[in-house]
Amino acid sequence: MGNKQTIFTDEQLDAYQVRRRLHSRYHELAPHLVPMDYTNEPDCKLPLALIVDMPELKENPFRNRIVESFSEDGMGNLSFNEFVDMFSVLSEMAPRELKAIYAFKIYDFNVDNYLCKEDLEKTLNRLTKEELTPEEVELVCEKTIEEADLDGDNKLSYADFENMISRAPDFLSTFHIRI
Amino acid sequence: MAHGGSFTVNVCEKDSDDERTGESGPSQKSSLLFKEPAFNVQEYPEAIQMGTFIEHLDSSDSESTSSSERSKESLNSKPRCSLQRNNWSAATKRVLSSMPSRTTGLHSSAGIAMKARRTPAELPPRTPSHDSLHTPRVTQEGTIRPDLEEVDGTKYLVGSRCAESSKEQLVSDLRDLSVSEGMRKLRAMPLSLVDKREIRKCSFSPAARNSLNRNLFCNNLLSTYISRMWRHCTFTGHPIVSFLKLWNSSLKKLSGRYGTGVLSYFLFLRTILFINLLLFTITCLFLVIPQAIHPPPTDSRLNSFTGIELLTGTGYLSQSLMFYGYYSNVTIEMNQLAAHSAVTHMVPYCIPTAYFFTITISFFIICIVLVYSMSKSFGKSFQVFKSTGDLSEKVFCSWDFKVIKRPSIRLQSEKISTQLKEQLSELTSGEEESSPMQRCCNLVIHAVAWLICLASIFLSAGGVYFLSNSRSLVVAIEAYTKQHFGPHHKNLHLLFTSAVVSGFNLLLPGIFNLCAWMEKHKSPSTRVYVSIFRNLLLKISIIGVLCYHWLGKIAEIQDHQASECWENFVGQELYRLLLMDFIFTVLYTFLGEFIWRLFSQIILKKNRKPVFDIARNVLELIYGQTLTWLGVLLAPLLPAVQIAKLFVLFYMKKSSLMLNCQASKKPWRATQMTTLFITLLCFPSFLGAAVAVVYTVWMIKPSSGCGPFRNVASMFESGKLWAERMKDSQQILSWLIRAYYTFIDNPLFLFLPTGIFLLVIYFHTQVVDGQRKIIRRLEKQIENEGKDKKFLITQLQYLYEENNPDSSH
Repeated sequence: MGNKQTIFTDEQLDAYQVRRRLHSRYHELAPHLVPMDYTNEPDCKLPLALIVDMPELKENPFRNRIVESFSEDGMGNLSFNEFVDMFSVLSEMAPRELKAIYAFKIYDFNVDNYLCKEDLEKTLNRLTKEELTPEEVELVCEKTIEEADLDGDNKLSYADFENMISRAPDFLSTFHIRI
Repeated sequence: MAHGGSFTVNVCEKDSDDERTGESGPSQKSSLLFKEPAFNVQEYPEAIQMGTFIEHLDSSDSESTSSSERSKESLNSKPRCSLQRNNWSAATKRVLSSMPSRTTGLHSSAGIAMKARRTPAELPPRTPSHDSLHTPRVTQEGTIRPDLEEVDGTKYLVGSRCAESSKEQLVSDLRDLSVSEGMRKLRAMPLSLVDKREIRKCSFSPAARNSLNRNLFCNNLLSTYISRMWRHCTFTGHPIVSFLKLWNSSLKKLSGRYGTGVLSYFLFLRTILFINLLLFTITCLFLVIPQAIHPPPTDSRLNSFTGIELLTGTGYLSQSLMFYGYYSNVTIEMNQLAAHSAVTHMVPYCIPTAYFFTITISFFIICIVLVYSMSKSFGKSFQVFKSTGDLSEKVFCSWDFKVIKRPSIRLQSEKISTQLKEQLSELTSGEEESSPMQRCCNLVIHAVAWLICLASIFLSAGGVYFLSNSRSLVVAIEAYTKQHFGPHHKNLHLLFTSAVVSGFNLLLPGIFNLCAWMEKHKSPSTRVYVSIFRNLLLKISIIGVLCYHWLGKIAEIQDHQASECWENFVGQELYRLLLMDFIFTVLYTFLGEFIWRLFSQIILKKNRKPVFDIARNVLELIYGQTLTWLGVLLAPLLPAVQIAKLFVLFYMKKSSLMLNCQASKKPWRATQMTTLFITLLCFPSFLGAAVAVVYTVWMIKPSSGCGPFRNVASMFESGKLWAERMKDSQQILSWLIRAYYTFIDNPLFLFLPTGIFLLVIYFHTQVVDGQRKIIRRLEKQIENEGKDKKFLITQLQYLYEENNPDSSH
């Protein structure tokens, strides 16, 4: 390859190594479905059930939401490009704004672009594996909305969420999956 | 911040615009009410006016549940009912849809935040063309609530025609920016990689794209070439690059089980390994290899090699490349083969000059590397404000996505729920006013703990000093070792001091842990900081005492005109300290962790494994690195020893962790701790070592019996002599040297850059202060506008319902 081309375009070099590795991971999820050759850009999507079976996602309580947020149809069927999208956003190199955007989508269970109380309750239940009593859950949700809601509409819009995230430096290190 | 400023300006304008359009809807009577100046809530007597509306509002809504203590909540509980209605009037819907929260900057980087997320029911039928499926993704449509979509044709954000135009808008926006700025913005946008590639193709010219590199700061030819070479390396899987990703799979396994905190220790270890590798490469290339090719004459008496020399550094090793004394002070002639002929051309290579410049330049390079990594890490963890939202932060930022093993995930859930419960109890019960008696008690306990710690530090430092200085003790130990280990192992007594130092380093943190357990700190982070501080104090005092002792010993040797090589002596001491530290760490890992686990499982019958103490282990790493930096001047191969030690340490700690330890239940703020550790590595550790080395080079007279500087008054002088020699022969160098004498050697000129730096720092702190004030004001503004919005919408809705009573509910 190095003999034929002297200039490497960005498209080719864009994390070439990582892309190759991701492709092999994608392929091993469903070897009979995923072609090895991607030059023709085949339209192949893997269902949610296969993707959340990956060891990196298997035990994560938010695995369904993560995969759904990156799928185009909202049902969790990922094409290879969306698969790469997912792991690139969850990697170390992704900028904070991008991570905040997708974190917001992941926690937005009813997909209405607001983190309302129900979303927060679901988030909490998954975080704590239902160890908190319903009263405690209620209290935490209220306090969270109170702390983070800036414009007083009792839900967290993206701006509220981003503002809160910007004050938490740990977000970058915790919202990260190694692959 | 400017971005935020323009945001709020738009809000005001939009609000006022839509409010006026809304006026035309309701009847004339209502316009009287609208004339009230409602834009600035602070002036508006909410309480009075709200009262007149509350009686009209539908009180059947039972959704007001707020139990918060803020008065605003009680005021808004009734209007909130109207905000939650489902059949808004057309005017209200228009107002709502044009709210900034729904139309936030179509093309600002935060704006495209709301990518299309439609439920399957709302998806348009799949068209055959690929394009029309792609383009909706670039739109802003997700901000429209489902109920709004059905109302009127104001789906101005939904639909492929508008999506196309928004995409073109984005491309033209990106073209306006500089290439690197535009790339950075594009990276932060939530579009798929395919879309980003298309947009990048359209926005940036091919030449700019080809030369662009994420790491490119300037566009000159050299950096383009370097970036291209780097790309070539990564493309072909060059071994160096794969080495930089050393231990990646192990790190992944560790983070999967123990989380980000423990991972940060191992990443820190890897960073230190790379720094040592850099140091070793430089000294090896320029110092060790030339000297190895031309070995100087050695004393044949010391040629016997028994294993003990590896530990003590004396005997055979003292006449090896390891220590300063081996290096000659001559100019060796190196053979340089000319390209075309067989005649070898002799190149003079002056060892003393090489020695001096290698050490100084490598220190300089490491200084730059450390400061750069510190600033990068600081940038990640810097917050303009301390976070006040502890609970919200815990809910959203505490889940560590790296953890993948089921028991660790269970542990993590337990950890989070415990923390949440603790915080809730703190909130509900409030700050308990401890009685003066309790406070006094707490103070006494703190004082006692600090007294114990400081006393133990003082005693250990004193013990080390006494041990090194007391002649009778040394003689007694020497006699003891000679008696028990035989005459061949006569140098074993030298190990005694190092062993004692390492012993203190191991025992005293245990005492500190006990004291910390006794005290009750308000927050776990305070506890961690206090423990780090105590450990740091211990290590600084021990190293300080040792340095002082060495200085005294050096002065003594020089006074007595002994031809003994003090440099070798100090180098050997440092070597022994490093080795003993390693041996004791190995022993502690086996005894401390492994046997403790067996003990607690078999005898205490508890299934609780010990927890990996991150702070203590990191400080051990920093201590070892300080010793290396102190010793590299006098023992150039010491970085190699440190590299070997770090390698073994990694695998040992990893296996010990997997076998013996469990994940911690206490929260660990990884980003801030990493910043702290890099700062500690830079400031007390590197700075102290650099100061010591500079002092040695500048002030202390090298011994006349050994080493490359045996015939000069100070090591620094050899550099000066070289400069004198070069001044006449080379033009460029003479300029450099002249510049050096004018600028760096001249104290007046040093004040100027220092003054400028201080000014720049002051300027930046003022800017940050100003930004803080602006943020506060903007937050207040957002709050006020939220209140405005609520009020106006309830007004609108109320008036609409008043006029059309049949359409309400």
